[in-house]
Amino acid sequence: MTTEAQQKSPFKTKPLVRLGWLILACYVFYALNALDFTWERFINGLGNGAQFLSEMIPPNFERWKLLVENLIETIEIAVIASAFGIGLSLPIGMCAARNLMPDWVTWPARTVIAVCRSFHPVIFAILFVKAVGFGPLAGILTLIFLSIGFIGKLFAEAIEEISLKPVEAMKAAGAPFMSVLIFAVLPQVFNRFIGFATYQFDANLRNSTMVGIVGAGGIGGTLFAAFQRFDYDFLAAILISIVALIMLSELLSVKIKAIFND
Amino acid sequence: MSVENTFKGNGETRSLLIENLEKEYVKGKPVLKGLSFEVSGEETVGIIGPSGTGKSTLLRCINRLIEPSKGSITVAGQEITSCSGKDLRLARRRIGMVFQEYNLVERLTVIENVLCGRLGYTPVWRAWLRKFDQADINRAFKLIDHVGLGEFATQRADSLSGGQRQRVGIARAMMQSPDVIMADEPTSSLDPKTSVEIMELLKKVSSTEHIPVLINIHDVNLAKRFCDRIIGMSKGKIIFDGNPSDLKDSHLSEIYGGEDWLS
Repeated sequence: MTTEAQQKSPFKTKPLVRLGWLILACYVFYALNALDFTWERFINGLGNGAQFLSEMIPPNFERWKLLVENLIETIEIAVIASAFGIGLSLPIGMCAARNLMPDWVTWPARTVIAVCRSFHPVIFAILFVKAVGFGPLAGILTLIFLSIGFIGKLFAEAIEEISLKPVEAMKAAGAPFMSVLIFAVLPQVFNRFIGFATYQFDANLRNSTMVGIVGAGGIGGTLFAAFQRFDYDFLAAILISIVALIMLSELLSVKIKAIFND
Repeated sequence: MSVENTFKGNGETRSLLIENLEKEYVKGKPVLKGLSFEVSGEETVGIIGPSGTGKSTLLRCINRLIEPSKGSITVAGQEITSCSGKDLRLARRRIGMVFQEYNLVERLTVIENVLCGRLGYTPVWRAWLRKFDQADINRAFKLIDHVGLGEFATQRADSLSGGQRQRVGIARAMMQSPDVIMADEPTSSLDPKTSVEIMELLKKVSSTEHIPVLINIHDVNLAKRFCDRIIGMSKGKIIFDGNPSDLKDSHLSEIYGGEDWLS
């Protein structure tokens, strides 16, 4: 027993990884100093926040007509954008699936998706406000592009994960390609697509409250105006109604998924 | 063992003729080395041979899921290897295929899966609207009864056992009204009892539809018991082609190699 060689510990220390952590810690410390992020500054800020909050209470629902009008426009933007965005991302996502389509189809489809994903919604919204002018149209276009970028990609990935066995069987039975899609591919991804679509509708609703800040329609414009006029009690009313709206849509998407989930 | 010559050529159209079929995935390394045989009538042909000898490749060359490198394949008088595009698709309708893993759409019902065998005959717009021909629907239900799944017609495929799924696969192949059915290891995922039932069903299909059935099979005893004819392959060549009763241990030893396992 005494002659048995000592084995090395299987858990190796990795000097490079340790060095990396050390550098990260140093940088965070440096950045905190550079940005004047001090405890004192934080305490001062808290006082400011308390002031802000106290002015928000109680929320002021006096201008509820404007609020409802804005909310309706917000919902309209989200619904229209979701309908077109989801509708378009279906074929685009399908074209981007590398297990079904040849390279010359997937390459352009993937480029479209990549472009749609490359910008933050705010940047898209600003671009479209410049391109088509102020108003809901810019917001709708923004959200359509966002939807294509997001669920187009997810949908393509879902299709790439399907079992190709039924596809093979239907090809062997002489089925036309479009029929193979509807019978062998869609049933395998339909569930997940409903999931993506409801999630995207949720996201569109959230984002449609934002696009108004840059003038692309919806409740965001009123929200921003309330900020600038220090109209904090009305601001609180807007924020509360946005929360209510999002919770409602959450509830709706749970119901929709329950119907299609099996 | 020479290739049997049973091709009738006198109006007997429901037959399969393969001549000098070669396939190489990698240049200079052929998997199939010049196979020739023909099948006609209501013959049940078992193709045996070790794994990797090209049995699946052979079947998939017949419906061109895999492109043959050389040779000619004729199904019901139609040359398959020269087909392309729509012609190939139309030709494939006449070749039914049964798969080892059933290849059903799990989330569709039995009846929907069986109707999928009819997609080659159904215009795309009808398929999208799910408006199948009424005659097809009637026949699909009849076939489901025929394979013994009458009460399961509206159940989803993923609720079925392996043997039941394979029955759906067979009904789907029959739905094509094929001139020949090929089964690629139809029993390899099944227990011994179910395997026997599936082989019995395939044999029954051959006689009721009056078509030949080609079966790739690992189980030599099962092949001998149910097939009218055995084709033994080894290293991409046909070593044996004849009656099951003529298949001797010496042949098996030549096909699979070694002798110890035979005793």
